Amino acid sequence: MSFQEFLHMGGYGSYVWASYGLCAVVLIFNVVESLSRQRKVFRELNKRIRRLESNK
Amino acid sequence: MILKPLYRFASPQNFYHLSVLLTPWFAWATVLLMLIGLYGGLVFAPADYQQGDSFRIIYIHVPSAWMSLFIYVLMAVFGGIGLIWHVKIADVLAKSCAPLGLSFTFLALATGSIWGKPMWGTWWVWDARLTSELILLFLYLGYMALQSAFDDRRVAARAGAILALVGMVNIPIIHYSVEWWSTLHQGPTVSKFDAPSIHINMLIPLLIMALAFKTYFASVLLLRARTEILEYECNSNWVRELLNESD
Repeated sequence: MSFQEFLHMGGYGSYVWASYGLCAVVLIFNVVESLSRQRKVFRELNKRIRRLESNK
Repeated sequence: MILKPLYRFASPQNFYHLSVLLTPWFAWATVLLMLIGLYGGLVFAPADYQQGDSFRIIYIHVPSAWMSLFIYVLMAVFGGIGLIWHVKIADVLAKSCAPLGLSFTFLALATGSIWGKPMWGTWWVWDARLTSELILLFLYLGYMALQSAFDDRRVAARAGAILALVGMVNIPIIHYSVEWWSTLHQGPTVSKFDAPSIHINMLIPLLIMALAFKTYFASVLLLRARTEILEYECNSNWVRELLNESD
């Protein structure tokens, strides 16, 4: 099987690759969003602690 | 006595550390299983004698659909545990399930629709399976809207848990819809009590992909839940010590 044939998927290439592409986008988005949320929470909590300590 | 390890797991601090420890294992397992599953599904499995290569969409469609149901049940169970025993971790886990469940429900609907176009000649039909899965999407959306409508985390968790538990009626409806009504969606292929009516070379990649989706879910759920617990417990000593260490 050539690479061209693989991409062609027996004529269903656009449907198959659209599905897999969409799946990849959604799964990667969830990971990126969760990681950036974690970073944001860390930043905010650090800020909060510094504020509390400077008020002591 | 028997419950002691459970209590220890349910302490937010222990959960946090366990999550940090486990997440990379689930993440690497996901990468490995995905690579094997994708090769199996896209290259190794033979083309279907009726559907040609379009059937390869099932390797993401079916695991997504399974996950959409599995996560919903898990979310309702966590919600119920939080509701009855006031376990903070359970509330946090339930809340963290929702966006992942929504993602998989969306993927199940979208990939099914993309497969339906060449096979059924239409993107969408209002048959029982598709409609009940769409209701599941709205249940997840409703749950997330409800969660964000309350400032008090405990009230939000309680309201969400009740919605999730009531919405459980939809789960058997989705599962049995293809048997109770005559749907355009095909009947069960894998979970039949006699031998599954799918070739073994097609089945193995499907099961590997299903496992990959499970480990993916576990790793992202743990990551989301531990972020959530950090916010929840921001006034406690262990969070302060943790943040001081990480500076």
